[in-house]
Amino acid sequence: MNRPVITVNGLNLWYGQTQALKNISLDIPEKSITALIGPSGCGKSTFLKTLNRMNDLVPGVRITGSVCYEGQDIFETNVNQLRKEVGMVFQKPNPFPMSIYNNIAYGPRTHGITNRQELDEIVEKALRGAAIWDEVKDRLKKNALGLSGGPQQRLCIARALAVQPKVLLMDEPTSALDPIATSRIEDLVMELKSQYTIVIVTHNMQQAVRISDQTAFFLLGDLVEYAETEKLFSQPGDKRTEEYITGRFG
Amino acid sequence: MISNRRRLFLWTVRGGMYLAAALTGILTLFLVGYVMAKGIPNITWQLISTKPSYLSGNIGILPDILNTLYVVIASLAIVLPLGVGAAVYLTEYASSKRLVGVIEYAAEALSGIPSIIYGLVGMLMFSNNFGTCLLSGALTLVIMNLPTIMRNTQESLKTVPQAYREGAFGLGAGKWRVVRTVVLPGCIDGVLTGCILSVGRILGESAALLFTAGFAHALNGFWDGLSSAGATLTVALYVYAKEQGEFGVAFAIAAILMVLSLLINLAAVLVTKYFQRRNAV
Ligand SMILES: Nc1ncnc2c1ncn2[C@@H]1O[C@H](COP(=O)(O)OP(=O)(O)OP(=O)(O)O)[C@@H](O)[C@H]1O
Ligand SMILES: [Mg+2]
Repeated sequence: MNRPVITVNGLNLWYGQTQALKNISLDIPEKSITALIGPSGCGKSTFLKTLNRMNDLVPGVRITGSVCYEGQDIFETNVNQLRKEVGMVFQKPNPFPMSIYNNIAYGPRTHGITNRQELDEIVEKALRGAAIWDEVKDRLKKNALGLSGGPQQRLCIARALAVQPKVLLMDEPTSALDPIATSRIEDLVMELKSQYTIVIVTHNMQQAVRISDQTAFFLLGDLVEYAETEKLFSQPGDKRTEEYITGRFG
Repeated sequence: MISNRRRLFLWTVRGGMYLAAALTGILTLFLVGYVMAKGIPNITWQLISTKPSYLSGNIGILPDILNTLYVVIASLAIVLPLGVGAAVYLTEYASSKRLVGVIEYAAEALSGIPSIIYGLVGMLMFSNNFGTCLLSGALTLVIMNLPTIMRNTQESLKTVPQAYREGAFGLGAGKWRVVRTVVLPGCIDGVLTGCILSVGRILGESAALLFTAGFAHALNGFWDGLSSAGATLTVALYVYAKEQGEFGVAFAIAAILMVLSLLINLAAVLVTKYFQRRNAV
């Protein structure tokens, strides 16, 4: 395994009275793909959103334990800076209701880049990085909501890449897409691995097997098992993992 | 089988409803037609382009037209930032659900108060300090229209998808940037609707302005106008009809106001349609 970028230790999280994460500890290695799997409601999204503090937006959340990004406690660092380093792609494509260009430029502008030429370069690079440049280069001024689901999601990936993050968190990025759009995103994610650290939530176990290097299996807020993907799916170390991946529940 | 009595009953009910609908339509048409017929012949270029003069006996409503414009501009300029700001605070920042509830309830209650009471309060609060002038009138109208602007903005803020906010936060944007670039542009329709409703209300207002802005017909520029007493069109209508018995002028003003309010209704419909179509993309 590569050197860890994010280290989580004894993480507990409550929504009001209900505990959604129980004593989670794991390391996320650099420039690899980590898949989070588990039945609905087991806490995958909650865990993912903790890593860039998107849970701060939910009222009544309480967190104990530690999460470190590059050795720094994320709850002590500036949250906007953290989210610049640890970007996010959501389950449903959520481009802003503005032009394709302005969608991509939103992040860089947020972080103080105003030079037009510099922005042009970033926009092109990000769109190329997300394999959507050829499709949209002639209509950068058109509203992004005019794209269909697959391209919208790749646009959102490009938008996240434009702030040059180190880590990319993806919450079921293909669940709203058709099979062709899904396989294009999977290809893209595997390509991005050479430059970015990727954590991806997926409901689709074939997807986890296809793209990820290591897999974490969550159940009812517990981290049941965390291992190399190949090992976890061929010789699961826990009875519950085995039951889940062979489709006996979930 | 429906019995004869039942059939008679249904027939009566349906007939009654047709009659009520027809009566409403006829009344509206009659009112509009009557006002237009009596008003339009009295609208002359002379009337709308001059000021009244006791020496020559001329009657002109240009000052009243300008005063109306000044009051609309001044009120909106003050009430917009206040109302939109309050709405943004309540939906995006306020953490206490109870405080939000109390303020929303107060705004609801405020919009049901008869306007003459606003006039009375405005007179004590503003006219006693700034004098009887258009500014005092405009400030009174600000209080009257604050709930309209605030509630309309709030309702439309609630329709801005949470996913937009999350997307922006996820890129490392701070609260204020998210509000400015993603949330506010999404609620322009609500702000516009609020504005149109407010302008309609300002045009139609007389009681609150009689108390606070007086009823002079002097021709002034914007800033001088604000600091002097002045009549808006609606107030002028009242004065010409009631004090001076100039019914021709009163009907001319009435016709102008009628056309304006029809235009405003039309604008409201068009704005709503436009944004419905845009949001459906
Ligand atoms: N904002 C919230 N407020 C209260 N409870 C929440 C909130 N979000 C999630 N939960 C609860 O926390 C638990 C974990 O939810 P989470 O969304 O993390 O599950 P998940 O594994 O992502 O599920 P899915 O596969 O359906 O997306 C669930 O029981 C859920 O009901
Ligand atoms: Mg989820």
